[in-house]
Amino acid sequence: METHPNAVEMKDIVIRFPGVLANDHVNLVLKKGEIHALLGENGAGKSTLMNALAGLYRPTSGIIKINGEVADFHSPRDAIACGIGMVHQHFMLVPTQTATENILLGLSTPRFHINLAKYDEEILALQKQYGLYVDVKSKIWQLSVGEQQRVEILKTLYRGAEILILDEPTAVLAPQEIDELMATMRSLVDQGKSIIFISHKLHEVEQVADRITVLRKGVVTAEGIDIAGLDKRKLAQLMVGRDVVFDVERTAQKPGEVVLSVRDLQASNNKGVPALRGVSFDVHAGEILGFAGVAGNGQSELAECITGLRACRGQITIDGRDLANAPPILAIKNGVAHVPEDRTHVGTAPNLSITENSIMKNYREAPIGNGVTINRSNARIYARKLKESYGILAPGVRTLARKLSGGNLQKVILAREISTDPKLMVAVQPTRGLDVGAIEAIQRLLLEQRSTGTAVLLISEELEELFSLSDRIAVIFHGQIMGILPAEDADIDTVGQMMMGTRLEEIEQEQEAAP
Amino acid sequence: MRLPVDLVVEKRTEDYPKWLPAATSLAAVILAFIISGIILKLIGGDPVQVGKFFWSATFGSVATISDTLVKATPLILVGLACSVAFRMKLWNIGAEGQFYMGAFFASLVVLVPILPPDAPKPLILLAMAVMGMIGGAIWGFVPGFLKAKFAVSEIITTLMLNYVAILWNNFWIFDRWSEGGFQMTRLFERGYWLPRLADYAREYPTLSGITLHLGFVVALLAAVLVWWIFDRSRWGYEIKLIGDNPNAARYAGLNIARNIILVMMLSGALAGLAGMSEISGVVHRLQERISPQYGFTGIIIAWVAKLNPFAVILVSILFGALIVAGREIQPSGLAAMLQGIILFMVISSDVLLRYSIRLQRTTTPVTAGSDA
Repeated sequence: METHPNAVEMKDIVIRFPGVLANDHVNLVLKKGEIHALLGENGAGKSTLMNALAGLYRPTSGIIKINGEVADFHSPRDAIACGIGMVHQHFMLVPTQTATENILLGLSTPRFHINLAKYDEEILALQKQYGLYVDVKSKIWQLSVGEQQRVEILKTLYRGAEILILDEPTAVLAPQEIDELMATMRSLVDQGKSIIFISHKLHEVEQVADRITVLRKGVVTAEGIDIAGLDKRKLAQLMVGRDVVFDVERTAQKPGEVVLSVRDLQASNNKGVPALRGVSFDVHAGEILGFAGVAGNGQSELAECITGLRACRGQITIDGRDLANAPPILAIKNGVAHVPEDRTHVGTAPNLSITENSIMKNYREAPIGNGVTINRSNARIYARKLKESYGILAPGVRTLARKLSGGNLQKVILAREISTDPKLMVAVQPTRGLDVGAIEAIQRLLLEQRSTGTAVLLISEELEELFSLSDRIAVIFHGQIMGILPAEDADIDTVGQMMMGTRLEEIEQEQEAAP
Repeated sequence: MRLPVDLVVEKRTEDYPKWLPAATSLAAVILAFIISGIILKLIGGDPVQVGKFFWSATFGSVATISDTLVKATPLILVGLACSVAFRMKLWNIGAEGQFYMGAFFASLVVLVPILPPDAPKPLILLAMAVMGMIGGAIWGFVPGFLKAKFAVSEIITTLMLNYVAILWNNFWIFDRWSEGGFQMTRLFERGYWLPRLADYAREYPTLSGITLHLGFVVALLAAVLVWWIFDRSRWGYEIKLIGDNPNAARYAGLNIARNIILVMMLSGALAGLAGMSEISGVVHRLQERISPQYGFTGIIIAWVAKLNPFAVILVSILFGALIVAGREIQPSGLAAMLQGIILFMVISSDVLLRYSIRLQRTTTPVTAGSDA
């Protein structure tokens, strides 16, 4: 095979899912030996495009060339044979097996007997070559997330990958681990590999990438531009577009009484590691308090503590009543609505109808329930009303929840939660993964809640969303609040620094000292 | 070489019509009979003859229909018991044990005795039924509690408790209540029997020898009750919600631990009622092997009936007929074989609910290797 300057060429790739155009004539060229960043917001179509390159999806139309030759992948196996290795955002590892066993998994050799010691050594050699050190004898569950990621990378290298796709590899890593990963990426490229690096974080891309392709809503807005001399602000524009400021308008409004008061809240995450370490704040009626932070800094746990789904220490007072560690039903009865982070696994029951999903919070009360039975016709009428007034697109209220698109599912959840006439609305990532129309609709609903005097706690990773909706913005880092500031005084720089672990006071001191 | 038509198997994107599950199940049962016929033919039997005999032995006359329904009675109750638990994705494999405990507790009314044989009959029967349900419910409570509080797999505990229940019964019938050293208690006095149609033979001579008892009516009522719980009651909604997505149920404010225990107890109570109905309506004493594995057949019935309480009735009658036929037909394994094939067919027929299958004319020549 003659050497071709381009490791990957993707031309006019169109990927269509039922009702969604995920990629619209996308071009991408990966040169040999470069780190090419694929940049874009959540739902821009980055992962879809890369899944097509890794053989998981077949593009509806378009051409993929590997080393100048047209490739037609029918399965990940074909892609691997062409030297493509993908490290997915969610690792595909068997927790109870060792690193080596995971690396060997699915290969045609060894066939029957596994001489682990021999393979351990092979993998150690590979580790040395690329500086990717992991204890090969450890079971996956004993490894840190960063180490698990290294196992994933080793897995692709062991299969002879020349082209690596890293899907948001930094999202799960601690800052120090991110530095190590970047060093690894450099060393891989130095040894002739080519890397596609998916991210939505500008600063990381600047740090490590050679060239950038930007995707927005399935369309390429910048194709293979050089990183050198690129201005960060321009990049942000390409990524989010000019229409990022939706015409949702927040009217000035005086917040009312304190509805939610949290004092010194502490809780552990699912692994038993402290996730909240002394969090205190208030949310007032008619106010949106936005929580910013990199994923995994305690936001999810915070929402779960307030809604009674997670055990905690400290005080959670709602309308003067202490509800810390109370069962979820008490939170519901005290007017707490919850738009959960995971709409399919927590927010809805997939095999139940829209009707059955709509009444999840109020089936106990008239006119739907009387304590013993459920009035099915009233339930249907209620669901139809919600469907109509919230513009839920579905053939009927008997449609099963799993048949709904993300946006419509989220509307079902919001419709249900808002209709309970809550005092406090806890909304976690309410617009994640939705299309622009749905995002706007949902943001409007949140603002309507604010104007009707509901206290809204909005947890989001989308800074633009937080800036346009919130009255005040709190930034959480490693389970602690770095500071709370009025949205008018907040700028991306300050909030960004706080998200990286700088306290608001420190920033203010610096600013005072500067001039 | 290619055929002019392709078999296209596609995942259904829309809901299947409401009649489809019933239609595929029925087709599966018919197909099971056909396959059994073929097997019979292959081993040198005469399927038509056997079929005729099967029919006459099970539905041929009033007496045989009665026999079939008598066998169907405990099956309906244990089938319902399993359906209730399976709705919430609780795998209660212990209906057999709950059946035995129900029989044991109901016997206490007779053998302690709690009520004398000349007490008012409705009172006696009510007491025996309630005791039977309590016995079954206790046997459902134990695994339910362990599951709710300590996440112990109910599959293991219910399975193991079957043996405990059977051995517990054995202790009493071999040792304490043994009738002349046999592994059975004394025959219950007539006052403890569920009314049978034969009891009215004096007024209606045609009923003589018809052993169908009141338990069958109770079983039908139980099916209506279970349908009402599933389809109309608030609890049924909660069971469905927990079964489909426990996370969402917890989020909706449900106490999952409590519901696990309650559902296991209801499931156990239904199986226990089957035990009571069997000793009071058929066997009239507590003895060994009062159940030819009704509890396990209940699992199959619930599955074949797709957890629909009314379908449970129909499937139970079919399976009751298989038991009756198994007594008459040699080799007796034939009925068991048929039962197995039915289960296999019905479970396979689920594919048709999830995929649509149609024939399509081959149009474009397909490039080499692209057809997986």
